[in-house]
Amino acid sequence: MSTFLGMPSLPVFGSGNLHAAESFPKAAHRELGNAQLRANLGHATHTIRDKRLQVVSELPDWEQLRDAGSAIKESVMARLPELLEQFEQNFTARGGVIHWARDASEANEIVAGLIRDTGETEVVKVKSMATQEIGLNEYLEEQGIAAFETDLAELIVQLDHDKPSHILVPAIHKNRTEIRDIFLREMPGADPELTDNPAVLAMAARAHLRRKFLTAKVAVSGANFALADSGTLAVVESEGNGRMCLTLPETLITVMGVEKLLPSWQDLEVFMQLLPRSSTGERMNPYTSLWTGVTEGDGPQNVHLVLLDNGRSAALADEMGRSALHCIRCSACMNVCPVYERTGGHAYGSTYPGPIGAILSPLLTGIESEENSSLPYASSLCGACYDACPVKINIPDILVHLRSVDVDSQRGKKKLPSQMDVGMSAASWALSSGKRLGLLERGLPLGRLAAGRDKKIKKLPGIAAGWTQSRDIPAPPAQSFRNWWAKERQGAEQHGGKTQDTTQNEETGA
Amino acid sequence: MRIALFATCIVDAMYPRTAQATVSILERLGHEVVFPAGQACCGQMHVNSGYLKEAVPVVANHVDAFDTEEYDVAVAPSGSCVASVKHQHPMVARSCGDTALETRAAAVGARTYELSELLVDVLGVTDAGAQLGSYFPHRVTYHPSCHGMRLLRLGDRQSRLLRTVAGIDLVDLPEADQCCGFGGTFSIKNADVSSAMLEDKAANIRTTGAELCTGGDASCLMHIGGGLSRQGSNVTTLHLAEILASTMGAPASVTGDVHVSTGKATR
Ligand code: SF4
Repeated sequence: MSTFLGMPSLPVFGSGNLHAAESFPKAAHRELGNAQLRANLGHATHTIRDKRLQVVSELPDWEQLRDAGSAIKESVMARLPELLEQFEQNFTARGGVIHWARDASEANEIVAGLIRDTGETEVVKVKSMATQEIGLNEYLEEQGIAAFETDLAELIVQLDHDKPSHILVPAIHKNRTEIRDIFLREMPGADPELTDNPAVLAMAARAHLRRKFLTAKVAVSGANFALADSGTLAVVESEGNGRMCLTLPETLITVMGVEKLLPSWQDLEVFMQLLPRSSTGERMNPYTSLWTGVTEGDGPQNVHLVLLDNGRSAALADEMGRSALHCIRCSACMNVCPVYERTGGHAYGSTYPGPIGAILSPLLTGIESEENSSLPYASSLCGACYDACPVKINIPDILVHLRSVDVDSQRGKKKLPSQMDVGMSAASWALSSGKRLGLLERGLPLGRLAAGRDKKIKKLPGIAAGWTQSRDIPAPPAQSFRNWWAKERQGAEQHGGKTQDTTQNEETGA
Repeated sequence: MRIALFATCIVDAMYPRTAQATVSILERLGHEVVFPAGQACCGQMHVNSGYLKEAVPVVANHVDAFDTEEYDVAVAPSGSCVASVKHQHPMVARSCGDTALETRAAAVGARTYELSELLVDVLGVTDAGAQLGSYFPHRVTYHPSCHGMRLLRLGDRQSRLLRTVAGIDLVDLPEADQCCGFGGTFSIKNADVSSAMLEDKAANIRTTGAELCTGGDASCLMHIGGGLSRQGSNVTTLHLAEILASTMGAPASVTGDVHVSTGKATR
């Protein structure tokens, strides 16, 4: 497998806020108990879902755009080392400095070192998934450096000492009354008369942030795209706070996953149509900032980029799973996911929740642990995510692939097969022959005994107990279709004995 | 046309009436139905649960049963099983390096249809009432299952057929495109989330005031019906094949053991 410039030859799994801390069913059980969370999430995802459908339907070439996005990303993955090299050349030529980080701790140390060199102890931050992923804020805090989030939703979560639960709307799980209470409690100098009117809340945050923008000497950002042909970085946002951070401070440090690269400016056009529509349901986002190195006398004079692997080489080495790296972090998949809608983002235990998180987290950090290996099962495989994804990542197929990687990695490791293993082997035996299944179906009347007088089975043992916690099973019929067919249509003597039945039917009136 | 019925394991064992109804519909249209006796299951449960190795013999068995010249097209009253035959079987064969099986699986998949797809696209049914004698005087709501809707792109074929059943009062299901939460072993491994999804589906069904909910997948209907039953609702579920098979002379009853018209009793 190809490796990147400056990278070791063996794929290394990533670290940081990517690994589930407990198994998904357990975490989901807890989150499902939070009725307020479910109400907030249901409301928010429905609103954004409808908006997205509306603006997507306006574009007659939406499907072709998705194909183009997917094809560009595929070619990027195939040419990654070459493109990274080209990008590095151009970025450096324009006065930027590149740093390579294998994993979260290397990236954190590099960023902290760069900040320390400036002599500052406070930084402002542009909303960034990469720095969430590596746990940069927590690390900087340990180092005595305070990082202030400037994205409104990110600020809310930070003030509340909570974790984001959505990649685009980190505070999606909170309603405005909860937000007002957080501001009153945590924001220095907040007006005690603050109401929960969204405009009033936004103004309060703005006043709070302005003080930070005007004093900050260092900013830390992520990047949505990097253009190899010119060494340009791009940040796409809604509020303009990012642009303040990107232009006012003297030093700008960007942390970016290596997969964010695009070959050229021309490719950006495709993604600038795909991203805003898929993420916020807007035709175009209000602010797109692009910067190419250093411009003397204008904007930050020290420009750094930390290129992050953190498990991306490992994901790239998985032929079936690598297209998960096409993700442009739009969040469309989580907004349409029925599982995410019920459990919220915290249940996934990683910076990346929802359908993409269920594949990306184990791809980046390995599927060996029980907690991580539960993630690919956190889906009913309904396919809504695949339909919504602007770069056509076939999430359901990757989920199934990772499940098989999990099942295979368990084989032989366990002393005793699980109930699921035993059930699956038995079912495989029974369901790989019509004759066997026909014989087993003769036992259906036994199932009728198990049902009560109301002809319903209400309690099953073992792993199947989950089914009967909220659902009945009808009593099975007296005979299966196969046995009925054999009796009615072929005569009993042939029953089950032939593999290819083309016996002429008896006349059945029509 | 000679049509091979793939009954699917769940219909075969739990809902034989759905298969009988399928036979009845096809024969009323003048086609001959054959039942390849070697058939058992599409293996979807194994594949979707990650048990690819265990899926191989199940898939091979299906391909053996249906890889024959003795029928023109195959049909199954289940979108998810047809999607499995079409999309998963070649993949499973590839996973074990069996290229011959892969080719045969693809050929079987290419002539396998979901019921509504066969009726509308191949057999030209545009008016179930007129062409099949379908008669079902009940208030019905319809749940389009995920695999039919997204993997097979069935579009409105199923609801179009239902709408043309004589006497039917078909009411729209709010949030119809939302998954019911079944997902095979998902409903066991993540029983809590699955139950929460089912709860919302059942609530939406109740708001329609329908007597029953229909659809094209027996497994989803078993899930939805099981939830409604546990909640003490008297709304039931019924496969759309059984609605299409119901006639004026032999109407399918909607309570208790549902009786399916064979189409004979149009006296
Ligand atoms: S997987 Fe696709 S839909 Fe989900 S966040 Fe990434 S790009 Fe968006």
